Amino acid sequence: MNQEKREIVIPSQLLGEIKNKKAGKGTFVENGKIYSEILGILNNNSEYVNVIPLKGRYDPIEKDFVIGIVDIAMASSWLVDINAAYPALLHVNEVPWDVEFGETEKYLNHGDSIMAKVLQVDQEKKLQITLNDRNLFKIKGGQIFNVEPHKVPRIIGKKGSMISLLKKYTNCRIIVGQNGRIWLDGSDDGVKKVIDTIKMIENNALSFGLTNKIENLLKKDAKDVH
Amino acid sequence: MTIIPSIKRDFLVKLAEDGKRADGRKFDEFRNIEIEVNVISKAEGSAKVKIGNTQVLAGIKMDIGEPYPDTPDSGVMITAAELIPLASPDFESGPPRENAIELARVVDRGIRESEVIEVDKLCVVPSEKVWLVFIDIHVLDYDGNLFDAASLAALAALLTTKVPAERFELGEDYPLPLKEPPISCTSVKYNGVVVMDPSLDEEAIAEVRLTIATDKNGDIRAMQKGLNGSFNLDEIKKIIKTSLDNGRKIQELLYKSAGK
Repeated sequence: MNQEKREIVIPSQLLGEIKNKKAGKGTFVENGKIYSEILGILNNNSEYVNVIPLKGRYDPIEKDFVIGIVDIAMASSWLVDINAAYPALLHVNEVPWDVEFGETEKYLNHGDSIMAKVLQVDQEKKLQITLNDRNLFKIKGGQIFNVEPHKVPRIIGKKGSMISLLKKYTNCRIIVGQNGRIWLDGSDDGVKKVIDTIKMIENNALSFGLTNKIENLLKKDAKDVH
Repeated sequence: MTIIPSIKRDFLVKLAEDGKRADGRKFDEFRNIEIEVNVISKAEGSAKVKIGNTQVLAGIKMDIGEPYPDTPDSGVMITAAELIPLASPDFESGPPRENAIELARVVDRGIRESEVIEVDKLCVVPSEKVWLVFIDIHVLDYDGNLFDAASLAALAALLTTKVPAERFELGEDYPLPLKEPPISCTSVKYNGVVVMDPSLDEEAIAEVRLTIATDKNGDIRAMQKGLNGSFNLDEIKKIIKTSLDNGRKIQELLYKSAGK
C-alpha cells in the first residue's frame, strides 16, 4: 500500500480501465473506462476501484447500528431520522414493548433518541429499522453530537482500536452510530476531551498512523492531570 | 427541518443550570468576530463577517432612480437577504420564506431607524432623481445568530461604500454619507436563562428571542422580539445593558476593520 499520501479525485476523473480492475463504489464506467462519480479519496488496493466520499449523508447498509431521532409517532409506527436520504420506518412489531394500536406516543415521541439497527434497505433506499436485538434501546441522558458519516470508520479504528483508546483514557461511555451520530456520557472534562479528540480525528482522517498519534496525545494529557 | 433530540435540549439545560454553555462561553459573551471589508470588487461596498462559524457576506450596489412620492428629496434604501441552501441543510431554494424576510427586515430596521445613511444627502434632483442603495445579504454558513452577523456585515459594507457618481456623470466619487452605526445584539432565553449570541443549538431550543440595536450614545435604535415565549422586565433591562456593553466592543472592532 502506498503510504505516502491518499489521492483525492474529482468527479469524472479517469481512474483506470475495466480490463484491469472492477468498478466499485463511487465510480461509473463509460466506454470501458472507469471514472470517479464523486469528490473523494481513491482506494485502489483491492480488485475494485473505490472512491470514498469526503462528505455526504449516511448511506444505509443492512445490519448497521445507528442512532436515530424520532420525528413523528404514527398510529402503528414511527418515522425516525437516521441522517439518511429518507426517514426510516420503525414498526410496532419491531420494538420490544407491547404497543396498543394508536398508543405509540406513550413509548417514543418527537425528539426521542434511539439506538437502532437497520433492518432492511430496498433498491430505492427506503429503509426500516428495528429495536428488537441485543444492545438496542431508547437513549436517556448523555449527549449526542454529529460527525461526517464517512469518517466513522476512522473514529472506531481498526477492530475498535481508536474507540477503546478513548474509552480507556477518558472513562466515558461512548456509542458510535454508523450514521455519524455519537452518544457520550461521563464527567464534564471527560466528555470535553472526547469531543476535542474526535474532532481532531475527523480533521486528520486522511493521515496515517492516527491511532498512535492520538494515543500519545491522550497519554500526555493524562500526565498533565496527575 | 432538522430534529433537535430531546437529550440535547436536556444537556444544554443542565449546563445552563450550572452556569455554563456548551462552547464554554459566559452567558453574555459573544463568539469571536472577524470582519473583512472590500471582498467584492464589483460592488460599491462589501464585507464578510464571521461570528464563530456563522458567515455572512453583504454587498452594496447603488443606482439612480425615482424617490417615493412621500419623501421626494431623500434617497431610497432597499434590503434583501438570501438564505442559500449551501449555508444549512434547513435552507431551501426558491422564493424567500418567513425567516429570510424577517432577517432582511430586522437588518433594514436597524439601519433605517438609526438613520445611519444620511438619505437627505442622496438627492440629485428632488422628486425626480435620487440615489438608491441596495443592501444584499448572502448567508454563507449558518451556525446561529444570523441577525447580528447580517447587520454587522451590512454596516461594514456601508462604511466602505463609495457613491459611484462618476459612472452616472454626476461629478467625482465620494464616500457614502453616514452617521453613527447602530450595533445589533441578539439574546435568546431557554429554561429561564438568557444568553447572548446564541449558537445553532441554543437558537433551536430557544423559547424567545430579542434583538436590540444600540448606538454609541447608548440609545436604543431598534428592537425585534421573536418566537412565542416571553421576557420579564428585569430580563429585558439586563439584555439592554449587556447589548450596550457588547455593542460598544463590536463598534470599536467595526471601525478598526473598516479603517476609520
